[in-house]
Amino acid sequence: MLQTASERHRALTGGALGLAVIVAFVALATIALLLASGESSIAAALFEPYILRVLRFTLLQAVLSTLLSVVLAIPIAQALARQPRFPGRIWIIRLMAVPMGLPVLIGALGLIGIWGRQGIVNTLLSGAGLAEPVSIYGLSGILLAHVFFNLPLACRLMLAALERVPGEYWLVASGLGMRPASVFRFIEWPVLRSVIPGVAGLIFMLCATSFTLVLMLGGGPAATTVEVAIYQSLRFDFDPGRAVALSLLQIGLTAVVLGVLALLPDVSDAGLTAGRTIRRPDGAFAGIRVVDGVLLLLAVLFLGLPLLSVVVAGLRADLPKLVAQPIFWRSLATSAVMSLSAAALSVGLCGLLVRARHTLSLGKSSAGKRSVATHAVFGSMGAASSLVLLVPPIVLATGWFLAVRRFGDVGTVAPVLVVAINALMALPFVMRVLEPAYGIHQRRTQRLSASLGITGFARLRLIAWPALRKPVLTALSFAMALSLGDLGAVALFGSDSFVTLPWLVYSSLGSYRTNDADGLAVILGIICLLLTIAGTMGGTRREAVAHD
Amino acid sequence: MTLFKTYTKTCALTTATLAVFAGLSFSGAQAADKSLTIYTYESFTSEWGPGPKVKAAFEKTCGCTVNFVSVADGVALLSRLKLEGSGTKADVVLGLDTNLITEAKATGLFDASGVDTGALKVPGDFKDDVFVPYDYGHFAVIYDTQTIKTPPASLKDLVEGDPAQKIVIEDPRTSTPGLGLLLWAKSVYGDKAPEAWAKLKKRVLTVTPGWSEAYGLFTKGEAPMVLSYTTSPAYHMVSENTDRYQAAAFSEGHYIQIEVAGLLKNAPDKALAQDFLKFMVTTGFQDTIPTNNWMMPVAATSEPLPDAFGKLVNPSKTFLMSPDEVAQNRKAWIDEWLAAMSIN
Repeated sequence: MLQTASERHRALTGGALGLAVIVAFVALATIALLLASGESSIAAALFEPYILRVLRFTLLQAVLSTLLSVVLAIPIAQALARQPRFPGRIWIIRLMAVPMGLPVLIGALGLIGIWGRQGIVNTLLSGAGLAEPVSIYGLSGILLAHVFFNLPLACRLMLAALERVPGEYWLVASGLGMRPASVFRFIEWPVLRSVIPGVAGLIFMLCATSFTLVLMLGGGPAATTVEVAIYQSLRFDFDPGRAVALSLLQIGLTAVVLGVLALLPDVSDAGLTAGRTIRRPDGAFAGIRVVDGVLLLLAVLFLGLPLLSVVVAGLRADLPKLVAQPIFWRSLATSAVMSLSAAALSVGLCGLLVRARHTLSLGKSSAGKRSVATHAVFGSMGAASSLVLLVPPIVLATGWFLAVRRFGDVGTVAPVLVVAINALMALPFVMRVLEPAYGIHQRRTQRLSASLGITGFARLRLIAWPALRKPVLTALSFAMALSLGDLGAVALFGSDSFVTLPWLVYSSLGSYRTNDADGLAVILGIICLLLTIAGTMGGTRREAVAHD
Repeated sequence: MTLFKTYTKTCALTTATLAVFAGLSFSGAQAADKSLTIYTYESFTSEWGPGPKVKAAFEKTCGCTVNFVSVADGVALLSRLKLEGSGTKADVVLGLDTNLITEAKATGLFDASGVDTGALKVPGDFKDDVFVPYDYGHFAVIYDTQTIKTPPASLKDLVEGDPAQKIVIEDPRTSTPGLGLLLWAKSVYGDKAPEAWAKLKKRVLTVTPGWSEAYGLFTKGEAPMVLSYTTSPAYHMVSENTDRYQAAAFSEGHYIQIEVAGLLKNAPDKALAQDFLKFMVTTGFQDTIPTNNWMMPVAATSEPLPDAFGKLVNPSKTFLMSPDEVAQNRKAWIDEWLAAMSIN
């Protein structure tokens, strides 16, 4: 036996507990929503013209954002793959990881800096005599921002796929004198075609549930997504009936998207820039090099300028004055405590699930065949970690908000709820980091530990911790960065006595202390990026970030 | 011996209990050091708004601390109260307007003000035993004369004008000017209001949750027009010495806003809240209205209004719906607005 009976018992009890906590948290929110809707007819609310238009816009912007991100990513991924010796290539690839680790709020500020009416682009355009400026508000702004955040993701996933093509293909293609169009048709496209459905599905999911960007750049009822409409129906109208109808609509929408996504092949950017340099004779022609160079330069400008704008605007703000304000330290402390708790809770819950799942999988190998019940429990523990994808944070927050309100002051439990919601938000990524690492670790050490009779705390301290420290820290820092940058859960609960750093940035923007917002944004952005870098330093599976 | 032990134990316990109680009463005393929590809108508490002056003036006489809690705008105040229910921390709510008072009373959270408003000069002789009016002003479209040479001369002009010339408006779900424009359009267009909104939508750059954000976008040059008040140009004339920003006079007439404040039933120190409401109609408060809130005062100020106030648009006709009419229709009209504004 690889596990003693008590170990097995403990692992399974822990897993069951973790599963129960997650399911209960989500189920209670959903029940609260259904109870709250008692007074009004959900069916009637669902067919209001406004709600139908919101749904239509949500889908429209998600489809367009996905199309633009994927289509524009193709030539850039192609150019990067074709130019393995392009100066600063590794930095371009790293730059593409930045939007994934950056809080959405801050990216949006950078985009306003570049694309707003007073931004560089419009100043240049009006200088060139163009009357109608680019609008950062409404559909065009939302699309721009979604492309900013998702094009790099698509690009990295496609590049990874292209780099997995054996080098001989390119040599043969060049030997045959194939032109770029033929290379695309016979080599690149078949590879890309295999990853595009997965990439597109992932991006569609991210854009369909986009909250912060739409809240900041929507600019009116014509450009509202279901998530933002849920928030507005509570905070603007205080119309719980409509909030419930919209929440159920959102769950239905994500269920369909997740269902479709499950049918698509999984994508990963593993092995990106794995060290071996591939020779690409087809990229050596002067014409191609110029085209690729221009493409990459444009991509760098598109991604880099907004980031630069955040930094420049931030440094122009009165940083010493900002840092001297008590509200800054209060919100920083709140954010620090909250993100640490959320990360610890997320990793803890994930640990329980992973250990139980591993124990169950051992049961299979010893008994030969898993029972249906074991199979179901194994599967539901995996699914529980992704439950937050089905019931998005704003819906969870709405449900809990309505539930707690029945019993009194929402303010007192708000931090606990936000921590719990942030922890659940991080769970899918934490699971992706921890589960494989735990599996490998157990395969390596389980037999030896069992034969040496090392169990319990000694085993944890001497064997598990040294091996699992890295993935655990990676998971912790991802979860922290996610929670630190979150505006979704806190938007509903934020108040004058409960201020996190992103909430402070958002409310400074609202009362048009934009300089303060810029300064705070640069501080928050740097903290989150450092955490993400610290997380990826471990060299563990990078795609955890990619699956944002 | 045993007895002695019990005795010392009891003594120790008593001392500890006393110490705890002393601690409690000490912190209790600190909390009871009078404080007044006022919920209001953002522009009221900004550095240049009336908030800081009002706080200083009232604190001089009340022996208390005034805490402002600000939300984006007036309608958001009402939503916030509904959201918090009887658990609200507010003692006074300042910044609702007459359009909202029927709904505000229906929450059951407010109590009679006990302030005699008989001597106040309020258009339409508005009187209420719960809400105290503190200022008023007509809504108006403010435009930048450097960009707009022929301003709209009527609401119809605004609705049907060049879509390339943008306006920033406020959201009627959160903001009293936003709600004001909604009621204004309803007063002028009646049942045709949705069609008017569908047309106006093409000129709307963005819809902000509150007045401050909208006006900020306007002065930064993001849009050449904004929904504000006929009194707004006075700010630019007095504080910035410029005639650049002007109000457009609309031939149909203008909708008026009367801003009010009220005290909460659950306020721990109701007398203090009442004192504040009384203070609001004295010069200490009213003096800050013309040149900090940039609205018209409802009672005497220590100095006459600046000359700039004489150069403002004087509406030919004034619209104002009764609070009951607004309360009955607000949700339906907002849904109508949402439906019209969400057409793509």
